Amino acid sequence: MTRGGRAVGVTAAALLAGGVAGAADVEPDARRSGADFMAPETRAMQADDASNPGMLWVLEGERLWAEPAGPEGRACATCHGDAARTMRGVAARYPAFDNGSDRPVDLAGRIDQCRQARQGAPPLARESDPLLALTAYVAHQSRGMPVAPPGDTRLDPFRENGRRLFQQPLGQLGLACANCHDERWDGRLGGAPITQAHPTAYPLYRLEWQALGSLQRRLRNCMAGVRAEPLPFGAPELIELELHLMQRAAGMPMETPGVRP
Amino acid sequence: MTRALVNAPKTARPGEVIEIRAMIAHPMETGYRIGPNGAPIPRHIIRRLVCTYDGAEVFAADLYPAMSANPYIAFSMVATASGTIALAWTDDHGATQTATAEITVAG
Ligand code: HEC
Ligand code: HEC
Repeated sequence: MTRGGRAVGVTAAALLAGGVAGAADVEPDARRSGADFMAPETRAMQADDASNPGMLWVLEGERLWAEPAGPEGRACATCHGDAARTMRGVAARYPAFDNGSDRPVDLAGRIDQCRQARQGAPPLARESDPLLALTAYVAHQSRGMPVAPPGDTRLDPFRENGRRLFQQPLGQLGLACANCHDERWDGRLGGAPITQAHPTAYPLYRLEWQALGSLQRRLRNCMAGVRAEPLPFGAPELIELELHLMQRAAGMPMETPGVRP
Repeated sequence: MTRALVNAPKTARPGEVIEIRAMIAHPMETGYRIGPNGAPIPRHIIRRLVCTYDGAEVFAADLYPAMSANPYIAFSMVATASGTIALAWTDDHGATQTATAEITVAG
């Protein structure tokens, strides 16, 4: 057997063994954005706003920000004014604790709350273009700013649950998120780099989707990849996973809108 | 709903070769895919894109199903006079949409 062949065998066996409760986190100094693993052309596409297709949604979000909605014709801008000032840094500290539901809420959920409660407008469906556009527009105001998870201790049990979920074997393949993203992030899977699963560029344009998509869509893809039943959009567990991912990425710069293969 | 990003220099010297870059939000559905209900998804692509410079056509392209969604198109032209650079594209639904950029040409 060649050395290459043996290495592949060992990798597969280790991957299939699953169950890594307590797997070590990626070392802080070794943390790298998913963008670092991309081909130079894809990185260039993200870096140039004129060629980053995610900017189409940011532009649409800017339009929606100023568009009146609901019976009193209030726009987001009516209350929040200039997003460049009022929404700066907001996305970097989500998910945040929501007093109303006594649970963490993600940025898209927070925006939809404002839409329903403060504009009196009908809800925006998860993964709909208008909600993605508004979320991308708000998150874009934090581009370049460090991820800053809130210190709110009420979030701790939810974040801890997210960490537990991250380390729990899933699906018919019995693989945990941590098997791939903490232990084998420098490896490849079917030719694609595995990467460290940082949530810093969402919503982002994935070339495979030919569209902008949320972090939840990406997480559902990974769940389907290990042949697990993907959690439904908006599921509390998806927000708990996001809390853990944001904590893992604390201090890394926001990139919204990112581009990924 | 028009969603397009047109990128052209705001100023140029007479005779300068400039680059126009456009990114247009469009599904570019090929017509070859089958939907979840087993029925083919009808083709819906941009067929033709035309760029005019102060009313005169300077660039045109026919597009085909192999283009990605949200196509990115870049081309160059010679700046001659201040005016409007207008892009117009027509899709399978027969809708024509436009986006423009203004350029100031001065020596
Ligand atoms: C079998 C290995 C594997 C498992 C298990 C797995 N993923 Fe992934 N994940 C990948 C690969 C490969 C990619 C990159 C795909 C690409 O972009 O080409 C990815 C991408 C991601 C990204 C996107 C990162 C970015 O830069 O945009 C996130 C976030 C993520 N995974 C989270 C998770 C979570 C949470 C779980 C557990 C529910 C999980 N993954 C399970 C292989 C895996
Ligand atoms: C009638 C006024 C009003 C309108 C209209 C409104 N909001 Fe809000 N929004 C608020 C208030 C007040 C808060 C903060 C208080 C709270 O937490 O409820 C808030 C909070 C937020 C937050 C969280 C900010 C943070 O620091 O955590 C976001 C994001 C947000 N709004 C986005 C939007 C978007 C997007 C729209 C349009 C779809 C919108 N809002 C429409 C009044 C409004």
